[in-house]
Amino acid sequence: MTEKQYARLVQELAPKSPMWKDCLKAFVIGGAICALGQGIMNFYLWLGLDKENAGTAMSMTLVALSALLTGLSLYDNIAKHAGAGTLVPITGFANSIAAPAVEFQTEGFILGVGAKMFTIAGPVIVYGTLSSVIYGLIYYFFGGAV
Amino acid sequence: MRKILKFSGVKVAVGAAIAGTKEGEGPLSEDFDRIEHDAYFGQKSWELAEGELQSQTASLALQKASLKRDDIDIVISGDLEDQCFASSKGAMQSASSMLGIYGACSTMAESLLIGSMAISGCFADRVMSLTSSHFCAAEKQFRFPLEYGAQRPQTAQWTVTASGAIILEHSAEENGIFITRGMIGKPIEMGITDANNMGAVMAPAAQNTICEFLKSAGESPDNYDLILTGDLGKEGSRLMKELAIEEGFDLNGVHNDCGLMIYDIERQDVHSGGSGCGCSASIVASHILKKMREGNLKKILYIATGALMSATSALQTQPITGIAHLVEFEVK
Repeated sequence: MTEKQYARLVQELAPKSPMWKDCLKAFVIGGAICALGQGIMNFYLWLGLDKENAGTAMSMTLVALSALLTGLSLYDNIAKHAGAGTLVPITGFANSIAAPAVEFQTEGFILGVGAKMFTIAGPVIVYGTLSSVIYGLIYYFFGGAV
Repeated sequence: MRKILKFSGVKVAVGAAIAGTKEGEGPLSEDFDRIEHDAYFGQKSWELAEGELQSQTASLALQKASLKRDDIDIVISGDLEDQCFASSKGAMQSASSMLGIYGACSTMAESLLIGSMAISGCFADRVMSLTSSHFCAAEKQFRFPLEYGAQRPQTAQWTVTASGAIILEHSAEENGIFITRGMIGKPIEMGITDANNMGAVMAPAAQNTICEFLKSAGESPDNYDLILTGDLGKEGSRLMKELAIEEGFDLNGVHNDCGLMIYDIERQDVHSGGSGCGCSASIVASHILKKMREGNLKKILYIATGALMSATSALQTQPITGIAHLVEFEVK
């Protein structure tokens, strides 16, 4: 059997993920997190914060909640079902930093927690910053035309 | 064509196996010597925990055989951790002389082959084959931190937390469980780069060793009570049997896979089944030896399969090489 034929056989026999069920769960759970975020934001607005500060406070609250749930070993149980629903919102980012922070304590606070904390989130930070630089340059040169 | 290794006087003295909580909730829990519910095994890290798991299993095997650490001429051990740390740590307690080996999940069979060669070749009277795997240590090294919210694909397998130890001894007697023949694996790579589909990586290697052995030995699958693979899992087992049929060997009536035996696939959410060095090691050292002693299995082939990759090679999207070592057990 050639490599190509084998690859085809592997593909044939590989079980398909339940696409519709996964999408629906991601939608419902991801939507629920966003709705929760909106609820928290409304709460901060009600407390008297202006719109921008309420938005920031809401992000901080969601991040804190995700980190707490990660530490309590509950976040991954939700993520197992939610998939992109927990990954895409800011909760995914928080979990991706909190999880290695918990794991690498055994290697010490500097080379363990400190260094390894960003193994998963690192690319997001790097390419997010890079994208904003590129956007900034485009905005600078083409100004209001963009 | 690879040589068939013919061994003489290599008797299985005893086997011992310790497993974790999830394995203790599986179908074979009664056959393990002990289930340990503390995933840390009383240690400070996963790496130390796996070392402790191995050393406890080795001690248990010595106890069951009424032997002391110095009675074993060579301990042949390995595991999945970087630089086989668990085996080195475990060996501090359990070995007077140690050969560290790496065969990924094929380690137990590799160890049994080297041990059989040592005894058959009169280089040792008593050898211990020992290996382990630990879910948390493996996830930390190869995949993601435990609390990270990632979804596992359907073809992924669950690394087993377990250790198996088998003591082999030289015996001139003609009754007992013996290792009679073996075949060393050939590295086989079929272009699979997906580290989440280990079954597809290892199936061609398993088929290659099994078919070459059967052909060279002039045996047919029906001559065996069981042809047992290490951890091909659901997809890997199906792939291996498809490939074997192409070579003229139908293994359907006689094949089973330790990765499919160690967990209840329907109930325990392990996707494609169990994997890891400890998967087949713990099952062979407990459940299989028990069935052979009771007379339910008289002649079997044990083929442990390994995926020879590293965390780094996976990031380089290198195609993964598989290997499969074969050990023949017979009750005399």
